[in-house]
Amino acid sequence: MAALHLSNISKKFAEVLAVDDLSLDVADGEFVVLLGPSGCGKTTTLRMIAGFIEASAGAVRIGARDVTHDPPYRRNVGFVFQNYALFPHLTVAENVAFGLRRRRRPEREIAERVARALALVKLEGFETRMPRQLSGGQQQRVAIARALVIAPDVLLLDEPLSNLDAKLRRDVRAELRRLQQLSGITTVMVTHDQDEAMSIGDRLVVMNHGRVQQIGTPQALYRHPANRFVAGFIGRGNFLAGAPGADGRSFVTRGGLAIICARIDLGADTLLIRPENIAVHPGRASGVNCFAAVIEAAVFQGSAFDLDLRLATGETLEAQVAAGNAAADWTVGQQVTAMIDPDAAVGIVSSSSLPA
Amino acid sequence: MVRGRGLSERLRRLAFAGAVAVSLTLILAPLVLVVWLSFFRNEILSLPPEGYSLRWYGALAEQHQFVTGFQLSALVALAATAAGLLVTLPAAFALTRGELPGRAAILHALMSPLIVPALVVGAGLYLALIEFEVETGLPVTGTVFGFAAGHVLLTIPWSLRLLTANLAGVDPSIEDAALSLGATPLVTALKVTLPLIWPGVVAAALFSFVVSFGNIEVSLFLVQPGQTTLPIAVLQYLEWKVDPTVAAVSALQIALVAAALLITDRFVSLAKAV
Repeated sequence: MAALHLSNISKKFAEVLAVDDLSLDVADGEFVVLLGPSGCGKTTTLRMIAGFIEASAGAVRIGARDVTHDPPYRRNVGFVFQNYALFPHLTVAENVAFGLRRRRRPEREIAERVARALALVKLEGFETRMPRQLSGGQQQRVAIARALVIAPDVLLLDEPLSNLDAKLRRDVRAELRRLQQLSGITTVMVTHDQDEAMSIGDRLVVMNHGRVQQIGTPQALYRHPANRFVAGFIGRGNFLAGAPGADGRSFVTRGGLAIICARIDLGADTLLIRPENIAVHPGRASGVNCFAAVIEAAVFQGSAFDLDLRLATGETLEAQVAAGNAAADWTVGQQVTAMIDPDAAVGIVSSSSLPA
Repeated sequence: MVRGRGLSERLRRLAFAGAVAVSLTLILAPLVLVVWLSFFRNEILSLPPEGYSLRWYGALAEQHQFVTGFQLSALVALAATAAGLLVTLPAAFALTRGELPGRAAILHALMSPLIVPALVVGAGLYLALIEFEVETGLPVTGTVFGFAAGHVLLTIPWSLRLLTANLAGVDPSIEDAALSLGATPLVTALKVTLPLIWPGVVAAALFSFVVSFGNIEVSLFLVQPGQTTLPIAVLQYLEWKVDPTVAAVSALQIALVAAALLITDRFVSLAKAV
């Protein structure tokens, strides 16, 4: 186990910069998730860490070792593939034993470690099965056992959950987190699913067009995104165009509303308000950040209502409020007051970090 | 057999079944005919047969040229098959896995013996071997080595096609998995890729053997006086006599290939490889 350091790595395919000057330090035992839309360079980054592709520039270090130019078989890295990539001609036990055999461990040690790895992923009794006789979830667990059994310095997961159905995905997600914390192994996972990323990662790296947009904890990214791309990729939000007000505490929207907010970034041109940070009151009310509005749409979600509000300025807001009893239901056309939480609204820049 | 909702669909199915039947008949008729002829009692081939006998099979053993021809053909086919695989296996790996410049050109060059008429290949080879002998003083014409060197040209395109197709079907992430687990590229090829494409390798070997064994155009240029391969022996026999002996030889050949196919299919699924 070791820390992982990526220093200014880039990858150029022909003339396309797939990854542009990416730097990332992953602490020993940390779980970091690379998140972004397809083609953002997250998988390329992961493959550069594994050594399947070589970085065009920059350095990859695992612990104190510079592995930038090492082939994958000298990196001691565990890799779990999206499609599992089990060896179809080998039994479950031989799949897991493969890495240990390459390391020429004694037969007894191999048997012990394979048994322990299969117990870890709860697949005792499956030793002699062939991969094709297993369900998708079981194959996934064999792939994880196969990667963990070699005691890799870093565990790399490439969209490990995307081939599983929704219910199984939640289980395996919790299982992955449990295994990672149990083994204390430095882990980097790639996903395009923000819920998955938020629920599993210690820190997230949001990428777009080969560039890092922001690195931070799920809370930091959600509450204070660096730009509109990050804000839109992680969670839902209202984006009101405008400019910082003269008082330095408020943001003035294009429609002319002055909204007090928690913080305003340098050069902010957009106000981000998460739907759950807007309280809605029936009728008229006054106070900080209170604005008269009309309900344009009300969608009942069980525990919550999704409300589309139109303000007097013509600007619209999406609010999510807890659903109470039947007497507290919302109706379309209702006159209400929207109260924007001044501690949750943030002024951000809309432009994202793009390749030079 | 012919079901369907509407009349037009039934007609279409009928037409399809008819086309299949005609094609199968065209393919199988010569084989069936040859086997049938080999059991005729009459010496002059005519229909209907005067009766049936196994005498032609018995007569084979006395035809010395068939026996020695079979031995040489089998030996050459084995050598050409082995040599062909030794060339095409690494070539197929390089062509499908490596980032070779001019991949397409190399592939086309290796496939070219399929396009050049075999007679031209034979003539060219003959000249080349003679030159080689003159230059080096080593006797190669008429040796198994000379034959195999010629026949390997015939086996390479078949073998290469099958192997590249099978290699392209192997999920690259399976090989990546082996690499990440500490296997070098060579160990990955031997322990992971080769077992996965094994049916393709077997199929390539079978095709190579059959193509070499049945070849006559190239062999005609390479035989020395007194030497013969089975197809040449058959051709020479037919030049002065047409009796069911030749049919018997062919029937044995068909049986041999069919047996090889069936036995192989028990161990590897050839349908997956070709």
